[in-house]
Amino acid sequence: MYKITRVEHLVDKDWLMDVEAPYVARKAEPGQFMIAKLGELGERIPLTIADYDREKGTITIVFQVIGASTEKFSHLKAGDYFTDIVGPLGRPSELVEMTKEELEKESIIFIAGGVGAAPVYPQVKWLHERGIEADVILGARNKDLLIMEEDLRKVAKNVYVTTDDGSYGDKGVVTDVLKRLVNEEGKKYTRCIAIGPVIMMKFAALTTKELGIPTIVSMNPIMIDGTGMCGACRLVVGDQVKFACVDGPEFDGHLVDFNLAMKRQQTYKTEEGKALLELLEAEKSHGGCGNCN
Amino acid sequence: MADMMKRVPVAEQEPKVRAKNFEEVCLGYTEKEAMEEAVRCLNCRNPKCVVGCPVSIQINEFIHEVKEGNFEKAAEIIARSSALPAVCGRVCPQETQCEGVCIRGIKGEPVAIGKLERFVADWAREHGFQAAKAGEPNGKKVAVIGAGPAGLTCAGDLAKLGYDVTIFEAFHEPGGVLQYGIPEFRLPKTKVVGPEIENVRKLGVKILTNVFVGRSITVDELLNEEGFDAVFLGTGAGLPKFMNIPGESANGVFSANEFLTRNNLMKAYLPESDTPMRAGKKVVVVGGGNVAMDAARTALRLGAEVHVVYRRSEEELPARKEEVHHAKEEGIIFDLLQNPVEILVDENDWVTGVKIVKMELGEPDSSGRRRPIEIPNSEYVMECDTVIMSLGTSPNPLISSTTKGLDTDRRGCIIAKEENGETTKTAVYAGGDAVTGAATVILAMGAGKAAAKGIHEYLSNR
Repeated sequence: MYKITRVEHLVDKDWLMDVEAPYVARKAEPGQFMIAKLGELGERIPLTIADYDREKGTITIVFQVIGASTEKFSHLKAGDYFTDIVGPLGRPSELVEMTKEELEKESIIFIAGGVGAAPVYPQVKWLHERGIEADVILGARNKDLLIMEEDLRKVAKNVYVTTDDGSYGDKGVVTDVLKRLVNEEGKKYTRCIAIGPVIMMKFAALTTKELGIPTIVSMNPIMIDGTGMCGACRLVVGDQVKFACVDGPEFDGHLVDFNLAMKRQQTYKTEEGKALLELLEAEKSHGGCGNCN
Repeated sequence: MADMMKRVPVAEQEPKVRAKNFEEVCLGYTEKEAMEEAVRCLNCRNPKCVVGCPVSIQINEFIHEVKEGNFEKAAEIIARSSALPAVCGRVCPQETQCEGVCIRGIKGEPVAIGKLERFVADWAREHGFQAAKAGEPNGKKVAVIGAGPAGLTCAGDLAKLGYDVTIFEAFHEPGGVLQYGIPEFRLPKTKVVGPEIENVRKLGVKILTNVFVGRSITVDELLNEEGFDAVFLGTGAGLPKFMNIPGESANGVFSANEFLTRNNLMKAYLPESDTPMRAGKKVVVVGGGNVAMDAARTALRLGAEVHVVYRRSEEELPARKEEVHHAKEEGIIFDLLQNPVEILVDENDWVTGVKIVKMELGEPDSSGRRRPIEIPNSEYVMECDTVIMSLGTSPNPLISSTTKGLDTDRRGCIIAKEENGETTKTAVYAGGDAVTGAATVILAMGAGKAAAKGIHEYLSNR
C-alpha cells in the first residue's frame, strides 16, 4: 500500500498528489512515468512523475479526471492509500543522458499543453538545477485551466502563456507563440520538447518541422503493464512499431504517426464512457445518456 | 475389475456449459478414483517417468502412497522435488514428459501421473497440510528477480536450504504467467495459484511486488549496495512478437499477452473489474501454441465466434493435444494451412477483416518441420472485428542492458549453463524462459531448481 501524503486540487479536473513510493522516488528521472492502481479490481493507470523527493521517498503525480478510475482517484484524501504503485517506468528524457557541455550548447524551448505542464516541469527544473535556463510556452483552453504557471516561472528563463479564448496571456494556441518567437522576435532554438494532448503535439511537431527545430514529444497511449510485455501502447514511429512504455515515452516528434496514435486512444471510448456514467450516477443510473435528471 | 489398459476417466464440465463460463474445465479425481488409478502403476524398478519429469519427482513412490491412501506422505514426496504441484499437475505437457515414457503407455494408456499429482496437491491444500519446511537460517541473502514458476521454485528450494530469500516482482501480483497468462478455466487463481504462492511464503520467502528490476533498482545495486550474496534472474520471455504486416497497429488487434493479461490478471471478464475489454463478435487468433489456445478459448467464453488461423497443419500444432481437443469440443474453428498477409481496416482504423493466403507444406526446414509455402492466387478475406496475435514471445532486454557483464545470445536470451544456471557474471544465475525463450512452466521450474543448487554450491564454497 502506498500512502498519499498531500492532495491539492489544482484547477477544474486537475489534481496533484504526493505519494510515498520509495522505490520510485529514489530512481525517478525527468521524462519517466509510473503506474497506479486503486483497489483489488482497479485498473492500472499510467501517470507522469511531476516531481520526486529522494529523501522523503515521495513522488508527485498530477492527473486529470477523464474516466471512472481518475474520478475515483480524485476522491482520495491525504492519509488514504493507493493499492499499487510501480515505477519509474519508461526511459528518462534524452536531456538526462547529455553532458553539461552538450546541454550548454543547446537552446531549448518547452511547449506544455494543458495537464502536459506537469511532465514538462521536472525537466525544466532539472535543467535549472544544472544552471541551464529554458523557455516555456504554456497553453490552456482558458485561464481557469492553467496549471503550474508559478512553479514553472521559478525554474524557466521565460514563460509565455497563451489561452485559446484569450482570457489570460496571449489569445490563440501554442504554435502561434512559437512562430512569433522565432519569426518575429528572432529567437533561435536547437531543441523543442512538446508535451500535452496528442493533437497539440501533432501541430507543434508540424510547426517545428517548418521552422527546422528538432522536436521531442512524450506520448501517452493506452497502457496495461508498462513494462513492455503486451504492446497495448504500440506506436508507429518512422515506419517502425515501438512500445511507448519501454522505447519511450519520448520520441522524435517528426517521425511519430500522430493520426494512428489518436485513433488507438479511442479503443475503449465506449466502455470508458459507460464506466464513468455508472460511477457518477450510481444507484439512480437508468442507462440513459446521463445528461437528463 | 476395471480395464487396466485404460486410465480412470476424470470428470469435466460439459463443453456447452463450460464454453460460457470461466470455471475450471477439468474437475479432478475423487479420493476413490485416485486410488483406483494409482493401482495401475507398476512401480517399476527403474522408473522411466522420473527421468521424464524435468524436476525428477519420485513418481512411483508418491503413487504408491496414493494407492495406500497415505495422501500426506504422497504430498511430502512430491514437495521434495516440486514447489508448485497443483500447478504442474494441471498445466504440464505430461504426454511428452513423465506420461510419455510410462511403461503402461506401450500397450494401453499411460498412468494419469499429472491428474494424480494434482489430486495430491489439491488434497493437501484442502486439508491444510503443509508438506515442505524451511531450513535452518544460514545468514546468506539471495535476491530472486521475477515471481514466475522459475523464480518461485528457485526461491522455495533456497528457503528449504536456509537462505534468506527476497523475490522482486514487477507486477502487483506474484505468479508470472500463472497469473497473467494461463486462464482461470485451466488454472484457478484464487483456489490454486494463490495458495501455492502462499506455500512459498510460508517457507519464509519475502515477495516484494511492484518492483521493476532494471528501473526501480538494478542487479548491480542488489549485489553491491543491498547486501545480496547472489541473484537469480527468472524474468521470463514477456516481449510479444508481431508479424509486421500492414494494419497490425489497427484498433482491435491485440497481442495474446495483452488480451490474456486484461482478462486473467486484471479480471476484465468480471463486471466489477475496472479494466475494459473488447471481446469482439468474430475473433481471429493467429498462431497454434498453447497461448493461442488460451486466447481463443477466452474469446469464446466472452461470447465470440473464434477462428484459429495457423500456417502449418494439425499435426504440427505446437499446443498440447488436450488443449486442442478441449478447444474443438467448445466450438473453436481451426483454419489450418493458412496465413494472414494483411489486416483490413475501416476509415477509423478498426479491424474489418484479415486477408489470408492458403499454404501447403514443402520440405522439412532446419527445425525439422515441413516448411509452409504460399499457394499462389489463393488469397481470400475473412471478416472479423478482432485479431489476436499469438506468435510467441522473447525476453525483455531491460535486465541485460542494465546489468554490467551479463551476456545474451543473438535472440536476446541470457546465456546460462543448463546444469546450474551460472551466467557470465559472478554471483548471478538465471533460468526459465529468460534463458531458453518461451518454453513450459515445468522446464522453468526445472531450471529454477538447478539454479538453486548452483547458487547453494557457489555460496557454500566461497
